[in-house]
Amino acid sequence: MASVVYFSSASENTHRFVERLRLADLGLSVHRIPLRPTDEHLRVEEPYVLVVPTYGSGSEGGAVPRQVVKFLNDAHNRSLIRGVIAAGNTNFGSTYCVAGDIIAAKCDVPYLYAFELLGTAEDVRRVRDGMGRFWQRQSRIPA
Amino acid sequence: MSPTGKLKLIDRVQAINWNRVPDEKDAEVWDRLTGNFWLPEKVPVSNDIPSWHTLTEEEKTLTMRVFTGLTLLDTIQGTVGAVSLIPDAITPHEEAVYTNIAFMESVHAKSYSSIFSTLCSTQDIDEAFRWSEENENLQRKAEIVMKYYKGDSPLKRKVASTLLESFLFYSGFYLPMYWSSRAKLTNTADVIRLIIRDEAVHGYYIGYKYQKGLEKLSEAERDELKGYTFELLFELYDNEVQYTEDLYDGVGLTEDVKKFLRYNANKALMNLGYEALFPKDETDVNPAILSALSPNADENHDFFSGSGSSYVIGKAVHTEDDDWDF
Repeated sequence: MASVVYFSSASENTHRFVERLRLADLGLSVHRIPLRPTDEHLRVEEPYVLVVPTYGSGSEGGAVPRQVVKFLNDAHNRSLIRGVIAAGNTNFGSTYCVAGDIIAAKCDVPYLYAFELLGTAEDVRRVRDGMGRFWQRQSRIPA
Repeated sequence: MSPTGKLKLIDRVQAINWNRVPDEKDAEVWDRLTGNFWLPEKVPVSNDIPSWHTLTEEEKTLTMRVFTGLTLLDTIQGTVGAVSLIPDAITPHEEAVYTNIAFMESVHAKSYSSIFSTLCSTQDIDEAFRWSEENENLQRKAEIVMKYYKGDSPLKRKVASTLLESFLFYSGFYLPMYWSSRAKLTNTADVIRLIIRDEAVHGYYIGYKYQKGLEKLSEAERDELKGYTFELLFELYDNEVQYTEDLYDGVGLTEDVKKFLRYNANKALMNLGYEALFPKDETDVNPAILSALSPNADENHDFFSGSGSSYVIGKAVHTEDDDWDF
């Protein structure tokens, strides 16, 4: 089994993007990284693609939401990541979607896709198509 | 509005307690805004003087007109727009964020003056301001937004404010990005990039508060506001197209600017929680402009569309907790 893990703040932007992907139809399960420190820690048991918003600022510091850092700090969770998709806003210049660059480099996984804010219809189509093919190929790799 | 016609700020004063923040987005955005604080004096705009003299008279006039238009919008947003949102704030923390937004808009307005005074003569500046005061489409843009700021609907004010922050500035922002892509006025472009970064946080936050407000309404009321948002966007878009023609027809850039307008109109709608309106082939911004805005944006982050030949098997490297402390 394969899955998608995502984080979305109270703005729900990334949540809405993931909803529009209709991943359950592709046979993918979806897990959300909890928002509050008091919420139960998320531990995953299957390979996943991570979808993460970039917290915009002028520097790279704080670009990856701290909840996502906490999730990836768990070595077991980190061992199962297979790719990353990042959201952002080109208004942030050189730090546009930089959360994807940081996570791809640290986890040595492909940076699959970048999109802005809620994502356009085109972004949804390309990620949905791509995700189906990506997991098909992944399933052919011997463990 | 109070009976005297003056904007009434708040009904009562509650001491702000940052140790109890009901909406954590307020604290998050406050931190981002204060972390992004800047002043125009830190950018060496005077280094652009030789570059300014390479522009033709027509290009100089265009640039000054663009900046007077931006000055007008930032003046509205700093002295009326963001301030008009304060009475509608649900929490004292939200009020505090609006005061920061209002202040930064005043910093933006002043930045254009500092660019002007560095590059242009007083007489040229005065002429550009006169053009802005007499340009019907710029004045109409200001009037439309001002009408909603003075109206009685807190959520409509947020819509108008988000459209201003995330859409109406971009007919102007286009030009410094264009110059920057041609290695001209690059320090000026650095100032504008700082403004563009701020506007992203402002549009995001006000759009977020709009969506929180919608949650308390009935479906019929939400539909009405959605209809209102799109109507206002169309009204502003039509006007923006004419304003763009007034400015850019002479240098032949109008169609390129319109793509940038539609691209940003989509982002303004997304900040309000709505799906993008304009399709891909009407929003394919000139890559040079996009790259001037964000050097990261033109990197190919569409792994899915690739042949897949270079694709990497996921394997996590050994990392220490400290590595993740970023």
